[in-house]
Amino acid sequence: MNGFASTKHTARAQRNNKIATIGFYTLGALVMLLIFWLLFTILSKGLPALRPDFLIKQPEEIDAGGGIGPVLFNSFYILFISLFISVPIGLGAGIYMAEYAPDNKFTGALRICVESLSSVPSIVFGMLGLAIFAEYFDVGLTILGGGVSLALLNLPMLARVTEEAVRAVPGEIREAGYALGMTKSHVIRTVVLPVAMSAIVTGICLVAGRAFGESAVIILTAGLSTSGEMWDFNLFSPGETLAVHLWYVQSEAIVEDARQIADKSAAVLVFVVLFINFVFRFPLWLGNRRK
Amino acid sequence: MGAPVHGLATRGKESITKVSANPKRHGRHLFSNKLFKFYFLFSILALCFVLGLVILFIGKTAMLLFGHLSPADFFFSFNWTPEEDSFGAAAFIVNTLSLTALTLLIAVPISVGMAVLCAEIAPKWMKTFIRPVLDLLVGIPSIVYGYIGLTVLLPFLRRVSGESLGDGLLAAALVLALMVLPTICRISDDAIVSVPRKYRDAAYALGSTRLQVIMRVILPAASRGIISAVILGMTRAVGETMAVVMVIGNTPQLAKTLFTPASVLTSNIVMQISNVEFDSTWNYALHMMAFLLLVISFVLILIIRVLGRKRRDAA
Repeated sequence: MNGFASTKHTARAQRNNKIATIGFYTLGALVMLLIFWLLFTILSKGLPALRPDFLIKQPEEIDAGGGIGPVLFNSFYILFISLFISVPIGLGAGIYMAEYAPDNKFTGALRICVESLSSVPSIVFGMLGLAIFAEYFDVGLTILGGGVSLALLNLPMLARVTEEAVRAVPGEIREAGYALGMTKSHVIRTVVLPVAMSAIVTGICLVAGRAFGESAVIILTAGLSTSGEMWDFNLFSPGETLAVHLWYVQSEAIVEDARQIADKSAAVLVFVVLFINFVFRFPLWLGNRRK
Repeated sequence: MGAPVHGLATRGKESITKVSANPKRHGRHLFSNKLFKFYFLFSILALCFVLGLVILFIGKTAMLLFGHLSPADFFFSFNWTPEEDSFGAAAFIVNTLSLTALTLLIAVPISVGMAVLCAEIAPKWMKTFIRPVLDLLVGIPSIVYGYIGLTVLLPFLRRVSGESLGDGLLAAALVLALMVLPTICRISDDAIVSVPRKYRDAAYALGSTRLQVIMRVILPAASRGIISAVILGMTRAVGETMAVVMVIGNTPQLAKTLFTPASVLTSNIVMQISNVEFDSTWNYALHMMAFLLLVISFVLILIIRVLGRKRRDAA
């Protein structure tokens, strides 16, 4: 007791402290177990029964044994479209907020805009997409509508991760660039962005993983059906994605093996999201360790 | 290096531009500098434009509702039977609020406990293990949470409670609690880590145990950050759709017990919007509900901002 006399009070405090420490560790262990159990449940139900032809076959409406080919393709296609639109704008917005934005009321307003936009529920973006594409342009539920709506959902998150990544770049590096007479945009492109790139790529992967599994937006904008062809690059065909297919199969489908299809789809979804998160970050992580 | 630099400094600003070996190239650099600046500004303005678009499209359609229906009928009536032109959303609003409250009741103690463990108690190797594992939770799609809730949690609840269905607020709140856990945990973690070291040292110097330091010094000092984390978790819970829609039962009535099949704002929108005519009171009512979601999220974000400003002032 560090030379202090132990009283009843301090003894109780010591005891409570020990109990609390054990309690915190138990809580941590339980939560970790819950997470691993969750991942194990999802993956173990679907992956062992997974055959390669499930990934490329057409879905069936009536007979058992349908696959997820077109919906898996649509998932990646819509993800690609949404990133194609949102990454340039999201990066630009993040760079502006980190490098250019002066400390004034206008910037404050911009910041409120970004934060508000990132708090907009995904279902509202779906309704926006529905209003723009299905009502205003009257093209119905399409891959293009899904991709654009998803891009809008990604924007604020991309802007935020870019801003954080760019802000984390040390000021001396920029000053070294300015001292060589470089212009501001030149410094950003050739000095700041390469340094911030690993954090930005990590951020883009997070956004991509979220977008890949997003369903509320896609249900409203790309619909619950596919065109029925495997490699359909037409932007105006209906574009059911894997996440939406999971919803459709478990709620509306009448095939007898709906449960297995749903299990397998969930496993593929989680697997791809984890894959996106790990594989793209792995080289960066290796690079960081070598330094 | 010495002489030319000295020369530049004395010759003044106008000649610096002329010093460049190739004036054409220099001009091109200045031009591209401007161009990039405009591009970055354009990007951020595009974000604001999207926000405007959201408010305009949803709000415009939502306001059409009050041409057909009095606000009192929408906000205070519990009767939602669109087939008979009754569009009372009170049940959805109350359900959304009670679902959010129940979610936080479950999630906040666990997430703050995890944050304390991560920031104060665990050794370093354990922190570098716990944080990425919590991030895994963020990656799981919400529809998969809903599916697991439907296929694993609901049968479990049925067995435990003896209810015949198990759908309802409790199931939805349990699923949502797991979904908001990493959000609240991560931000509370940051808030606790940023409590100055001297606070801890002072408390330990007075002979406090670690529990006393945590409860009486660190948590109060980090309270604003933790409240921000909780509110951010709230915005996720309020706006979450697909996970909720699969386990809540989708019946437009007030959830009087934990196992009453019910419906919240988001789940009702997603179940019905695809089936309604665009120019119908029904559709306007659904848009009004979406607009309500927007307003709730904006108010919550505003509260976080005010808290953040106060924290900066206090620091």
